[in-house]
Amino acid sequence: MKQKSTLKKLLGSREFLLLVIVIAMFLIVSAINPAFFSFKAISDMMKNNAVTMVMALGMLCVMLVGGIDISCMSALALSAMSIGMLFKYGGLTSTILAFLIATAIGTACGFVVGLIISRADVPPIIATMGFMYIWRALGYLVSFGGEWAGANVLGDFPNFGTGSLLGLNNLVWVIIIAYVIFFIFMKWFRLGRKIYAVGSNPEAAQVSGINVRNIKLLVYTVMGVLSGLSGALYVATYASAQPNMNETTGAMDIIAACVIGGVSMSGGRGTVIGVLLGSFIMAMIPKALPLLHIDALWQNTIKGVLILVVVVVNAVLQRVADRNALSRREM
Amino acid sequence: MKKTLIGAAVAGLMVLGTAATAFAGSADGMKIALVGKSAGNAFFEIAASSFVEAAEAEGATVDVVYPEAATADAQIKVLDNLISQAPDAICISANDVNALQAKLEEAMDAGIKVSSFDSAPNPDSRQIFINQAGTKAVGQALMDAVCDLAGGEGQWAILSATSQAANQNAWIAVMEDLAANDEKYANLEEVPIAYGDDEPQKSTDQTQALLDNYPDLKVICAPTTVGIAAAAKLLQDSGSAVKLTGLGLPSEMKEYTGADDAHSCPYFYLWDMQGLGKLSALTTIALVNGDITGALDETFTAGDLGEYTITEADDGGTEVVLGLPLEFNEENIEEMAKLY
Repeated sequence: MKQKSTLKKLLGSREFLLLVIVIAMFLIVSAINPAFFSFKAISDMMKNNAVTMVMALGMLCVMLVGGIDISCMSALALSAMSIGMLFKYGGLTSTILAFLIATAIGTACGFVVGLIISRADVPPIIATMGFMYIWRALGYLVSFGGEWAGANVLGDFPNFGTGSLLGLNNLVWVIIIAYVIFFIFMKWFRLGRKIYAVGSNPEAAQVSGINVRNIKLLVYTVMGVLSGLSGALYVATYASAQPNMNETTGAMDIIAACVIGGVSMSGGRGTVIGVLLGSFIMAMIPKALPLLHIDALWQNTIKGVLILVVVVVNAVLQRVADRNALSRREM
Repeated sequence: MKKTLIGAAVAGLMVLGTAATAFAGSADGMKIALVGKSAGNAFFEIAASSFVEAAEAEGATVDVVYPEAATADAQIKVLDNLISQAPDAICISANDVNALQAKLEEAMDAGIKVSSFDSAPNPDSRQIFINQAGTKAVGQALMDAVCDLAGGEGQWAILSATSQAANQNAWIAVMEDLAANDEKYANLEEVPIAYGDDEPQKSTDQTQALLDNYPDLKVICAPTTVGIAAAAKLLQDSGSAVKLTGLGLPSEMKEYTGADDAHSCPYFYLWDMQGLGKLSALTTIALVNGDITGALDETFTAGDLGEYTITEADDGGTEVVLGLPLEFNEENIEEMAKLY
């Protein structure tokens, strides 16, 4: 009896629906172009989307408390540009040190954003819009107004992006480790559960003794940690630091990955597995469209339509599932 | 025949004219203001320092001024100041095509010569523009590179910036026109253009898709600095046999440039920013000295760069074109990577 209800719960869950969508997309695209379906293709796809996939975990935490962070890509650019220039002029050679410095800068950025939002009660979209400009401008400043740090000055650092461990690319390992840590943290750690509590009902959380302000400070700092880490990942992946990196897409791809993954814009709802599947879908779309020989000018339009379709289908099915659950309870 | 003779005679006189002024110190005591787009653009500064060097060698003093932001407004403030200081000439890299017209006209009315390089204001706002390389020359160089690397036949692809990028589209149009109409390229087959939006991530996806979709692809041409670097890394890391060319920054491309199979890019192109700075200085001096007025078909000698003829620019004004884009290959990449 219990087994049956677990199965039912699984089948009715949002994550299961997303998994079906991911598998369906894989099968359809692979049927049309077999180049899509290979270990290397999937590994390359994850490698090329490591930044988005890792940062989506931070955005999950931020969105769970009902916030949003559109400054994260600028924080990424600042931390990436900083280590790029340190490699170029500062005599930096150590890969580990580069990761630590980038992560530290990102953490500092996130902490400041968190302070402004949690202590000054500025709406997150406004506060992070401000910091989106500030971090980006600082990124240009540290790059002496637009210099790049290219492969010729980065030494061994880009080897991290091409190297592998046990047959898996290092970047894929980073993604796996990040998701495992967050899965455990969000599900079984008190602090992780507190984030959910603040998101679903801030007043109740406050009354029950949770320091809502500190939780808000925490989630933006976590976003900062991941932005800084991703800055280093970015430089390692593309062997290049440019102050305008990811300026046009900004944080939108990350937010889209979360929304597709079922994270609620108003907080309280969203899971690590959902974000994993959501960011997988976001990674598959730009990879698949050119393989389907879709005209270049149509690719962004179709990307937008696909995001909306996935979200709408998902929301409708969720509503049906909710209604079923409710009607069962009434009986 | 008669025309060429007259042309030669005029050119000869011009040479004599400049030679004569050169003896008298062709720019002694001349004051030139060089206005950049914004401070801290390393690429622009190569041209600026070459400009200063060339002008000072002729006896002029150069004041390099940057606006506080990369906007037309900020440049107008700079121009206001400059006009009151009354230099002999202003050479500007404009932040906007039309917005500076009133100020630059005011400068010209005050007797200041106005030349422009790197980025041109509209024809009414300047006396002459010094262009690094004409659109046709770039398209031709790239098409020849594609043909050479493909061995004269086979599939080739373009990885561009965004679909609406004006520069890239102009070069691509020249390339496609050549590919369609010149017998030399008849055996080359272009696949649909890929757009990497000048983002490494999207450029990587698009390059990978080109490789997956066209197994027989021989050459990729990326006329954009971000695209060429992303494609170079992907091709080289994956050990692909596809060769790459295009427009890129030597410092970004050093790791990928070489004639052997271990490198993905045998050679690529970019402007000669040093040459541009020097020609701009000498053209501006010629303008102040009255050797030229900026009118169509005038000729003058720019020191050891040789003789230049003023031609019609794409925007209807006049320009001096420096020449072909600079080729970077394994011979000069080491040295050039220190510069750009």
